[in-house]
Amino acid sequence: METVIEMRNISKIFPRVVANDKINLSVRQGEIHALLGENGAGKSTLMNILYGLYQPSAGEIYVKGQKVSITNPNVAIALGIGMVHQHFMLIPTLTVAENIVLGSEPRRYGFLDMRKAVAMVEEISQRYGLKVDPQAKVESISVGMQQRVEILKALYRGTEILILDEPTAVLTPQEILELFDIMHNLNTEGKSIIFITHKLKEIMAIADRITIIRRGKVIDTVTTASTSPRELAAKMVGREVSFKVNKQEYSPGETVLQLENVQALNSRKLPALKGISLEVRRGEILGIAGVDGNGQSELVDVVAGLRKATAGHIKLLRKDITNASPRKVIAASISHIPEDRHLRGLVLDFTIEENMVLETYYQAEFANGIILNNKQIQMHAKRLIQEFDVRPPDQKTLARSLSGGNQQKVIIAREVDRDPNLLIAAQPTRGLDVGAIEFVHRRLVEQRDKGKAVLLVSLDLDEIMDLSDRIAVIYEGNIVGIVAAEDADEAMLGFMMAGAAGN
Amino acid sequence: MGKQKIWAKDLLEVAGVPAIAIILGLVVGAVAMLWMGYNPVIGYQSLLRGIFGDAYSFGETIRSMTPLIFTGLAVAFAFRTGLFNIGVEGQFVLGMLAGALVGAAWPQLPWLLHVGLALGAGALAGALWAAVPGLLKGRFGVHEVITTIMLNYVSLILANYLIRNFFRVQEQEATANIAPSADLSIALLKQASGGARIHWGTVVALGLVVLVAFILYKTTLGFEFRAVGFNPHAAQYGGINVTKSLILSMLISGSIAGVGGAVEILGVFGRMAVSPILPGVGFDGIAVALIGNNNPFGVLFGSFLFGALKTGAIQMQYVTQVPYAIIRVVIAAIVFFVAIKELVRRILRLKRREV
Ligand SMILES: Nc1ncnc2c1ncn2[C@@H]1O[C@H](COP(=O)(O)OP(=O)(O)OP(=O)(O)O)[C@@H](O)[C@H]1O
Ligand SMILES: [Mg+2]
Repeated sequence: METVIEMRNISKIFPRVVANDKINLSVRQGEIHALLGENGAGKSTLMNILYGLYQPSAGEIYVKGQKVSITNPNVAIALGIGMVHQHFMLIPTLTVAENIVLGSEPRRYGFLDMRKAVAMVEEISQRYGLKVDPQAKVESISVGMQQRVEILKALYRGTEILILDEPTAVLTPQEILELFDIMHNLNTEGKSIIFITHKLKEIMAIADRITIIRRGKVIDTVTTASTSPRELAAKMVGREVSFKVNKQEYSPGETVLQLENVQALNSRKLPALKGISLEVRRGEILGIAGVDGNGQSELVDVVAGLRKATAGHIKLLRKDITNASPRKVIAASISHIPEDRHLRGLVLDFTIEENMVLETYYQAEFANGIILNNKQIQMHAKRLIQEFDVRPPDQKTLARSLSGGNQQKVIIAREVDRDPNLLIAAQPTRGLDVGAIEFVHRRLVEQRDKGKAVLLVSLDLDEIMDLSDRIAVIYEGNIVGIVAAEDADEAMLGFMMAGAAGN
Repeated sequence: MGKQKIWAKDLLEVAGVPAIAIILGLVVGAVAMLWMGYNPVIGYQSLLRGIFGDAYSFGETIRSMTPLIFTGLAVAFAFRTGLFNIGVEGQFVLGMLAGALVGAAWPQLPWLLHVGLALGAGALAGALWAAVPGLLKGRFGVHEVITTIMLNYVSLILANYLIRNFFRVQEQEATANIAPSADLSIALLKQASGGARIHWGTVVALGLVVLVAFILYKTTLGFEFRAVGFNPHAAQYGGINVTKSLILSMLISGSIAGVGGAVEILGVFGRMAVSPILPGVGFDGIAVALIGNNNPFGVLFGSFLFGALKTGAIQMQYVTQVPYAIIRVVIAAIVFFVAIKELVRRILRLKRREV
């Protein structure tokens, strides 16, 4: 098969880190080539170089045998390279069709020809089996749909080589399957795909070849047929990774969190929680399973004081905390790892040390009256950076320039370190590599073993089943059933997640 | 970068882009002069002389930069909390009125106390005036740009109305002169410089620069303001009362502008006259904050730049007949080039995206 992309000895040096170190990567026509590596290994950087967003410090790029210099994304697009970023870059108030054609619109008498745009979008979307509604506003469609729009946008510009940077991190299991179908269709049309993911399962399911990167260096390129998840994980992390989390025996204590008939509205003012009752006890992890959008986010927000409960009661250690302010909730010793780390979890333009005290900056440990104790804040960050292996280990780094996995580590360090009575973990491992997932899982279980209550919300059923002691299934704002983890299997949970009552 | 302070990092930004913008702005001014038939070399020479030429010029430069420090700080402060306080102009005007009234009352008070009261009155007036948009924003989410702009005109009409109907003296369209016990001017320097209106308000302004920097970067309050400004969702998650921060920040911003207004009366004008137009220093404050990258020390730099250009331009017009408006063009061009700094960077191949 013909080689379409060849990157030779690519290096990229940032002020504090060598993100890429003499990387060689070749992608063949019509293949799905996976990039695998820990958080911060340099995958996104490498792809940003290929897409012309960054200039390499050294090295060469060849497209179809021709040496090229990709000085900006327009050059990349002209060469047939398209990219869908880890974070989408759509304009929410425009329609799907408008977003897709934006920048190279079909014109008529010098004006945007909307009818033609819609027709063209429909044509491509049919050809590759990417169903979208061209007239819908982007802000009103699901994340999975938005991703399709991004892919269509690339295809509309004549992409031959499509880069997908962690496309599955934000998708539901069903949407992931649909994405894989789309990727297959693109493949049969002769397009090449570079696919970044942390999920070994996904790689085994869809990739042809895999390049493993560790700390900026290529470790190996292997064919999927000749490898195994275990081998991949070991290559990527540089040691054996255990997929199984060891837990102490389940012996739940007193009830920490209690919800009684809690109701709440979503941001569109429609009922999202329709009477949730559940409890989480000391020394247990209660997992909330469900298809995305069934009230999980609202449930977490209500407990964290970020959304008003319209009815019902929330109690922490028998104290009523219904509709308490976030500060009160924090003071009541509830920690919260939020599902969207960019929206809520971090102030991206703050440094690591500032983010580490986002909830505690005013407490005696970090402030004398209203004057911040910067020395203390710095020491605190230094300690957590070391304990949680945040890279780069520099507390003055802006959160914005950390890799996704390290951003998550900052949040987890902050939340776990507060030694809470209740730890709420919403999608705690979204976008993390297997090594980091193992780390987060161990931390969550450690909290449980220390006698804390943990409320885990995840779309990843494997994660729910691996960690939870009990599993509550949420469907359309109701808990349809709560089952002991050892009695649960995927089929049964799947059945309940579709609305069938448990037991 | 290990030990670098946060504000110093902001300051780094301040240096690069504005320097280039200033050069480009001066080039635009030179082209405009050429086009209108003036010699830009001679024009700029007399401009420079008008800024630094003698003690009088330099004193006047200091005088005209002083109100810009206040208004620039006010804009920058609100901006750090994510607010566009376009209403600094109006808060400044009401600060002037309050300062003039308190400054004229109680002539028997000791100097420090009287000055303190008058400045406090200015701060209070500015804060109250900013409270309106602050509350509307905090409580109902009404965008502050709309409300603050509208209130600017209201403030002018209100001040004129109050002076005409309640506070004017005899046949004049102005308030009474302030008492000597509230006078901020520095007679010694005034004489030594041949009449430049140098006053203690500049010292107050400098103190405020340090105080604002301290509040923003060294206190829990500043932490909250900056968190809200960067990401209100994360701030709320962190337990920060976003509504309270927005309102409080607006109040502080308004009081900074109000003190500036009072200083201008106590230090320069001595009384407040009915005026058909807004003084304009509030709007200039927006430009000053922009060029100073909303950093307190950057504001100091920006206000010096604009104060100098404005003072120098008067001399330039007087000596070489190059119209004053040219300098407004230069200022506008500088603001324009700072605002499109991304483009400036690219033109000059200063691509520093990865930083
Ligand atoms: N713009 C930047 N400035 C400075 N350092 C950066 C920048 N972008 C990335 N880095 C650093 O380069 C390294 C590689 O980051 P990169 O985003 O490529 O990792 P990644 O493999 O995509 O990780 P993840 O799986 O977490 O997304 C990290 O240490 C990161 O902090
Ligand atoms: Mg990445």
